[in-house]
Amino acid sequence: MSAMLEVKDLEVAYGKIKAVKGISFDVNEGEVVSLIGTNGAGKTTTLRTISGLLRPTSGSIRFKGKDITTVEAHDIVQLGLAHSPEGRRIFPRLTVEENLYLGAFARKDKGIDADLEAAYELFPILRERRAQPAGTFSGGEQQMLAMGRAMMSRPQLLMLDEPSMGLSPIMMKRIMTTVTTLQQQGTTILLVEQNAQAALKRATKGYVLEVGSIVLSGTGAELLSSDDVRKAYLGED
Amino acid sequence: MDAFAQQLVNGLTLGSLYALIAVGYTVVYGIIQLINFAHGEIFMIGAFGALSTWLIFFDGNLALWVLPFMILGAILASVTTAVLMERIAYRPLRHAPRLAPLISAIGISIFLQEAVRLFYGSVPFADFPDAKQRVPFPQIEVVTGPAFQLGNVTIQRSALFTIGALIMCAAGLWYFVNLTKTGRAMQAVSQDPDTARLMGINVNRIIVVAFAVGATLAAIAGIAQGLQVTNINFRMGFLAGLKAFTAAVLGGIGNVWGAVVGGLTLGIVEAMAVQFIPGTFGGSPWKDVWAFALLIIVLVFRPQGILGARVVDRA
Repeated sequence: MSAMLEVKDLEVAYGKIKAVKGISFDVNEGEVVSLIGTNGAGKTTTLRTISGLLRPTSGSIRFKGKDITTVEAHDIVQLGLAHSPEGRRIFPRLTVEENLYLGAFARKDKGIDADLEAAYELFPILRERRAQPAGTFSGGEQQMLAMGRAMMSRPQLLMLDEPSMGLSPIMMKRIMTTVTTLQQQGTTILLVEQNAQAALKRATKGYVLEVGSIVLSGTGAELLSSDDVRKAYLGED
Repeated sequence: MDAFAQQLVNGLTLGSLYALIAVGYTVVYGIIQLINFAHGEIFMIGAFGALSTWLIFFDGNLALWVLPFMILGAILASVTTAVLMERIAYRPLRHAPRLAPLISAIGISIFLQEAVRLFYGSVPFADFPDAKQRVPFPQIEVVTGPAFQLGNVTIQRSALFTIGALIMCAAGLWYFVNLTKTGRAMQAVSQDPDTARLMGINVNRIIVVAFAVGATLAAIAGIAQGLQVTNINFRMGFLAGLKAFTAAVLGGIGNVWGAVVGGLTLGIVEAMAVQFIPGTFGGSPWKDVWAFALLIIVLVFRPQGILGARVVDRA
């Protein structure tokens, strides 16, 4: 049984600068895998490459056994891989509901309205404000919308890039609880976070990225108790 | 008062024509931040497409029922040209420095003008007139003919056709942009192209749609021009294109409704300047001067245009 997502020797460069220097990792079905690391470690670059927005200079990406290294971004989402990008990137001048429907753009099945209901169920505030332009939302509400929108493609693997960035502690908790809920509902999750504590607590597996390389890996609990991680990411001596 | 009302009618007619062409500049700019300087030629090709359709299938027949077929022929010619233009002259330069597509646009513009000038009269499949000079445009019944008289105000039938065409196109465009799946995808691409791709939207396809939408409206404008002026020529796209571009900037480039508002404003200002500016600087020889003076004034005091550059967006 091969992994749902297999990243192998992935290298990504911006011009001459290598942002990701040959990393390999797996995500198995049903897992929550966390990639943690500081700014500039290459986390966002990794996700953008997996979803097809960037092209790797070498290495390969396989999703459900299929090589997707050179597949176009708009085709990758149809395979069941959704990406909720860093900074939320909701469409500010479209309404909440229009944003959600765009999440299901690639789908042609009849279950779209049922999934819209599910997204409203997950985040009731979105239902209340469904006719409002998304740009008027607070950061937390935008994050909920971005996650709801990503779920509208009915993904098997959901990639979340810094969902807790810039949020209040209460909102952060709300978002992280939702990550667990989604996992329980059967969605596999690849989570990128600077908030290592929150990310590792929920992770079945974690990888620590430093300047483009994986320097440490293990189960969430192992990494949380590792001295290196505690010093570098949790601010403990 | 009569003079004012008459110039208002003239201005709205001229402005409707500008608006129909201006939408093409603004829709494309809203999606890929490219000023398609060859868009005036798409308007010209539309007029020749209508004429060709008439010459091949309906030569001599001026009945109204012929008009829809001419419109279809015009749209077919314009859209085909625009889509090929995007594919050949712009797409390969998508990530090139900004000057490159601009020069490509000028090249395409000259190419299309010369192609019509040199080859229109000698195509093998039909007996078309030589297009090195003006070519008479079929004056279809009902939409041309005796003008209406409203008090002392004269309203040409072709003027009503032009204004009516703008109203119908604007309504159709509103529906398309706001209520169709492709229209919403267009808004998404103009607001955030990368994230649009993550939604499964094929950005290249949306760009083609933007070119096609602009070409459709320009084609209809080409027919309106032919009906109004009674003849067409290979050079007609140059000044009309420049004016329509001015209209798009005036209204706020990237904003579809800005193109409509900018077109009408420009048309009315031109008409009024002809009538009401006295002395040496008045009269129709100066109308282009006042049109571009307006552009400069707006650019200085409100560079984002009348409605503001808000990309392909709702009203």
